[in-house]
Amino acid sequence: MGMDFSTLRTLISRYCVGEENWVDSRTIYIGHKEPPPGTEAFIQQRFPDNRIVSSKYTFWNFVPKNMFEQFRRVANFYFLIIFLVQLIIDTPTSPITSGLPLFFVITVTSIKQGYEDWLRHKADNSVNQCPVHVVQHGKVVRKQSRKLRVGDVVFMKENETFPCDLILLSTSRDDGTCFVTTASLDGESSHKTHYAVQDTKAYITEKEVDSIQATIECEQPQPDLYKFVGRINIYMDNEPVARPLGAENLLLRGATLKNTEHIYAVAIYTGMETKMALNYQSKTQKRSAVEKSMNAYLVVYLCILISKALINTLLKYVWQADSNRDEPWYNNRTDTERQRHIVIRAFTDFLAFMVLFNYIIPVSMYVTVEMQKFLGSYFIMWDDDMFDEELGERAVVNTSDLNEELGQVEYVFTDKTGTLTENNMEFIECCVDGHIYVADAICNGQVMPGATSMDMIDSSPGPGAREHEELFFRALCLCHTVQVKEEETVDGIKHGIHQGKSTSFYISSSPDEVALVEGMKRLGFTYLRLRDGHMEILNREDEIERFELLEVLTFDSVRRRMSVIVRSSTGELYLFCKGADSSIFPRVISGKVEEVRARVEHNAVEGLRTLCVAYRPLSPEQYTEVCHMLNGAKLSLHDRDKRLAEAYDAIEKDLILLGATAVEDRLQEKAADTIESLHKAGMKVWVLTGDKMETAAATCYASKLFHRNTQILELTTKRTEEQNLHDVLFDLSRTVLRQHGGMARDSFSGLSGDCTDFGLIIDGATLSAVMRPAQEDSNSGNYKEIFLEICRNCSAVLCCRMAPLQKAQIVKLIKASEEHPITLAIGDGANDVSMILEAHVGIGIMGKEGRQAVRNSDYAIPKFKHLKKILLVHGHYYYIRISELVQYFFYKNVCFIFPQFLYQFFCGFSQQPLFDTAYLTLYNISFTSLPILLYSLIEQHINVDILKKDPSLYRDIAKNSLLRWPIFIYWTLLGVYDAIVMFFGAYFLFDNTTFTSNGQLMTTNTQMMFGNWTFGTLVFTVLVFTVTFKLALDTHYWTWINHFVIWGSLVFFVVFSLLWGGIIRPFLNYQRMYYVFMQMLSSGPAWLSIILLITASLLPDVLKKVICRALWPTTTECIQTKRRCLASEPSTIFMLSQTSSRISF
Amino acid sequence: MMASSYTAKEEDGHITVSGPGALRSRKPENTAFKQQRLPAWQPILTAGTVLPAFFIIGLLFIPIGIGLFVTSNNIKEFEIDYTGVDASSPCYNCSQSFSWNSSRPCTCSIPFYLEQPYESNVYVYYGLSNFYQNHRRYVKSRDDSQLNGDPKSLMEPSKECEPYAFHENKPIAPCGAIANSMFNDTLELFYNDPNGTKVQILLNTTGIAWWTDKHVKFGNPGRNSPNLTAAFQGTTKPINWRRPVFDLDADEANNGFINEDFIVWMRTAALPTFRKLYRIINKKSGMVPTLPRGNYSLEVVYNYPVRSFEGRKRMILSTISWMGGKNPFLGIAYITVGSVCFFLGVVLLLIHHKCGNRNNNADISN
Repeated sequence: MGMDFSTLRTLISRYCVGEENWVDSRTIYIGHKEPPPGTEAFIQQRFPDNRIVSSKYTFWNFVPKNMFEQFRRVANFYFLIIFLVQLIIDTPTSPITSGLPLFFVITVTSIKQGYEDWLRHKADNSVNQCPVHVVQHGKVVRKQSRKLRVGDVVFMKENETFPCDLILLSTSRDDGTCFVTTASLDGESSHKTHYAVQDTKAYITEKEVDSIQATIECEQPQPDLYKFVGRINIYMDNEPVARPLGAENLLLRGATLKNTEHIYAVAIYTGMETKMALNYQSKTQKRSAVEKSMNAYLVVYLCILISKALINTLLKYVWQADSNRDEPWYNNRTDTERQRHIVIRAFTDFLAFMVLFNYIIPVSMYVTVEMQKFLGSYFIMWDDDMFDEELGERAVVNTSDLNEELGQVEYVFTDKTGTLTENNMEFIECCVDGHIYVADAICNGQVMPGATSMDMIDSSPGPGAREHEELFFRALCLCHTVQVKEEETVDGIKHGIHQGKSTSFYISSSPDEVALVEGMKRLGFTYLRLRDGHMEILNREDEIERFELLEVLTFDSVRRRMSVIVRSSTGELYLFCKGADSSIFPRVISGKVEEVRARVEHNAVEGLRTLCVAYRPLSPEQYTEVCHMLNGAKLSLHDRDKRLAEAYDAIEKDLILLGATAVEDRLQEKAADTIESLHKAGMKVWVLTGDKMETAAATCYASKLFHRNTQILELTTKRTEEQNLHDVLFDLSRTVLRQHGGMARDSFSGLSGDCTDFGLIIDGATLSAVMRPAQEDSNSGNYKEIFLEICRNCSAVLCCRMAPLQKAQIVKLIKASEEHPITLAIGDGANDVSMILEAHVGIGIMGKEGRQAVRNSDYAIPKFKHLKKILLVHGHYYYIRISELVQYFFYKNVCFIFPQFLYQFFCGFSQQPLFDTAYLTLYNISFTSLPILLYSLIEQHINVDILKKDPSLYRDIAKNSLLRWPIFIYWTLLGVYDAIVMFFGAYFLFDNTTFTSNGQLMTTNTQMMFGNWTFGTLVFTVLVFTVTFKLALDTHYWTWINHFVIWGSLVFFVVFSLLWGGIIRPFLNYQRMYYVFMQMLSSGPAWLSIILLITASLLPDVLKKVICRALWPTTTECIQTKRRCLASEPSTIFMLSQTSSRISF
Repeated sequence: MMASSYTAKEEDGHITVSGPGALRSRKPENTAFKQQRLPAWQPILTAGTVLPAFFIIGLLFIPIGIGLFVTSNNIKEFEIDYTGVDASSPCYNCSQSFSWNSSRPCTCSIPFYLEQPYESNVYVYYGLSNFYQNHRRYVKSRDDSQLNGDPKSLMEPSKECEPYAFHENKPIAPCGAIANSMFNDTLELFYNDPNGTKVQILLNTTGIAWWTDKHVKFGNPGRNSPNLTAAFQGTTKPINWRRPVFDLDADEANNGFINEDFIVWMRTAALPTFRKLYRIINKKSGMVPTLPRGNYSLEVVYNYPVRSFEGRKRMILSTISWMGGKNPFLGIAYITVGSVCFFLGVVLLLIHHKCGNRNNNADISN
């Protein structure tokens, strides 16, 4: 809503003002003070107030708006139309039959939505009315949060949550910084430092703040939490000073002020324009494969419905051509009916047939599917196996729409760091000019105080190397963005590291940095803190060295390096740079490159994460030039990122290599086992990582993604430099295809996996070359296909050096390939969000890199190993359950409607319903709904343990196998067969055309006649029993709940029929069913025929099941049978599962 | 198409305000239900398990079917078509000269011969063919509350009865097409004694309708008032009827809406060819058969026109058994299903035997 308005407003202002500038940026007057005359004149823009409106309805518009919303859905609309048709024209069934279910669905939905909206109103109100302190005329005034306006100067105290997006003007801390946590925004609980505007940080009282005369120009609100560009113009002595504003000056709504007494800040985005509000809007809807099949079936059934109605209408008019049939003397039309035009009559008849057969698309199916998905998803959240003790987290379901998609996954795209690995970095070693230092006390997180010792592997270095060593350690101590968090802050006295206490620890957004800084601490150089723009280091001699921090060239995943520019106490200027080897080596001009490179490669093969460190001494002239470049880039409002990147590129050059570090990232528990299981389950696992090839490949070997006998195909820059891409691709595809042909033949003999399989390694640069759209060269257009062809034949693919967007590209590429496989992306960091959103199923891991992945995922699990259970067990179950649910629903409604269709041939196509209104209404609502719902919640065709133990079972349901057309047709034909058996069974019992037959009599005490309602009731009784028994035959897991529900719903049917036939008073006008059911039950032939017809209906299905199982068993069925055999003799597994279930019960 | 639109979730911004209770333990409860480990019976349909069931069904159904078939065959049934389509038929004249408002009823007599004596109670039916009592317009053309004796509905029949609700501005009682078209032929049976006398057989008019229909569902207006004529004052008879509703029978307990012929007619038949119970011939005391072997004649007062819609009228005499009237279908069906089951059982036994061996071999090879 808010989004719509703001875009609308943007559009309007674009056309009204006619000035491009206004659209892209906004101007804010701090404290609503006009700038001094003579400066640029701005047109005052209108901004919304700070009211947050997350609710959709008001008290007044709830009913109409909610109705509108609900009937906008096609299914609801369809049922509404049916209902209206029933109201308007004379139709066979009463409007209640479709009105009641529709009313029920609509009411339940609107109550649910109304309640949710009421909660939202409550939440909105509490947020909108919470008090905020605002500086007005030099005084702090309390205001309701919703009255806050853009330009207001806000006064915030510690632990308060920001009411809107603010620009920090000044803080109570001397250095103009404040700390915030963004736990409620992205889940990162670490304290982040934000900086006040340099020129205003001195204004620390409300009077002073009120005297600031400044305007802020910034971009219009956009949802990216980590991006902000703006400029502040401060008018001091009427001379404007322009300063850049970046994300470090911006305090976001929802974040909380920490460790800072108070701050002053100015509101820039309010209400629905805050980044938080923008972020919570619109996430694309994902749709499962099952849903697509369901929609296809629906179309088929809609066609069946329409053709049925058409056929009947046509036949009706053919049959009625004889006026004695149309209007025999005993059955005249009313005059008004007679006068109606034939076309109108035919159309009405068509509609009436539609109404009669409309149950074939049951409204209850949607409700049941929704309920199944919603309730079913609780089993994921409840799963004890997916609870992680260490994190104290359990699986989270963000959308229940994709439950069954978990059983259909063909491609798994996984991130490496934090997903396959722990993302728990340990400093292993560093290498300075080829000399290796190993920290001996290796433990992460907590460091024994003072336990610093150093182990020289090499002989002690010479004096020249000594200097490099010193620089190297200082570089690692300085070149980072780590913060020091003190546990306690008592009256400003900080108990920190320098007192030798371990109460403080390092916090950073990157665990590598923490590991490095801690490693340095163990090697004798302790980073203490950043104070007043100076970084303090405790060196080996326990002396504090101070370096002035001049610039930080922050890390980004494109550059893959970061730098700092510092000035030492002696006045020398240094640029320290650390980054991936590939981004450092090209920029190095001297240093022992070869030794370091050898060590880096060695470490990478070991699976360690390596970083290279380099430095560049800067002369004062160079530094001023650098400053100039950086400021120019920072001040620009447009393309700031691009210009910054250019500036960084220009600055980080001519480096001198110091050395390299190695950090280990251990594999997650059971990662290898999980990957192996996924492989066995027929999934292809791709690792997409930003890491370098060697490291990533080592991880892949460790995690059993690549086996020792895997033939590795490389598609990397190194290779494409030698040969051109075209040849490499064709080479690879030839290798793969040749081998693959052989493999197909081999696979009959041995399934153990001895035959070679392929693993592909591709890097980001080559990938982008492959993905590049077709050029004039005719061959290059096929690269994508060749690449896909190769990938398809590889069991594992490793993509390294990936940018976040490339990850999404790969997923998209596979998604769009011709088989349209179901993809799953799993990751833990912000860089995985794009692929999580792109894949069919996105899974977030509750890792260390914040909550973004979790927030954007469909499901979140604490650890990678839980993927096995969620896919192999939950996914498998959900798929089995929902496919049965869908097929069964269509089946039971074919059984339900087809007899009615047949009956039309015997009642002169008059749309006479076969069943009573109550039966028509309640068939789907109560007689047959609960058993299938329960089935779809708790069915287990195979035990959990077996599913986990034998991942190959997953292949049985691959490719949407239970919802393919042949199976759908089988179910439909079964429904038609059952319907024919039921209808004609009853028909022959009632029929009298032959000389001898007479089933209308009943015996025992009276000899009464049966009418048409008894006929319908007989068919209906057989119908309800047959479809329920059919489900019972399909149930493989009979708990007491199943027994209760299945037998209970049959008992309910009988009891209801007895009551419905036994009550006369309140429905005096509607007595067609009076005693019909009882009379039927008191007749012997009726009982006999019910038993006979049920048996005959179920016979073919049982037969098909048994024969298929005996002759062409699937893996699942083999396992089931085997388990049965084992059950007779004591098997350990079986006994275990038995006892465990007994205990838990 | 529809499902997708249905499952389209609210895409509005939920701005979650996390409450203070978020710190409670997130460990899931370890109950059998939540962990999906409820103890369960896990049956599997294999040839082995289904085999006995097939044989049992076969062995049960075949005897039942034979029993039903024999019983059905023992039932004696006699049917005679008296429509008068052929010129040779005695009722030909009546069927040709039919008019609604003829004052003198047309009668005809059809002789027939029963080859077997009918020992027990004999039931007399009339049967109609090609008569669509199950046509929707027809089925709903009645007013149940009027038939229950509701005085308000008596004077204001339901709209469903149109166009048989009012005649000459007077409400019709009973209203509707069903009542209007009530079967009104009179059937009488005579036994032609070998000694030449013609004996009328006593036909019982009561006990042919459902007890609940007669005593609960149907009721005369002013239930207890002795004067039916007064109770129906202000109403008019259905157009096709010859007598008003309060003049259907001399017996007060079988008159008006609770006349059993009327009640039987009001239960609309399921199919266009149907038969309805007309009379019962009770078994006489002693060893005398109810209907001895011999010549009979059926005397028909021919009132009911069926020629216009190519219908047929029949009279049926039948005895009944524990399983009702004559119906070989059920017996045949039971025998068929039973045999099929038995046969399939044998087939499955073969399959089971063969595959069981194969599976065992496969197990050994593994």
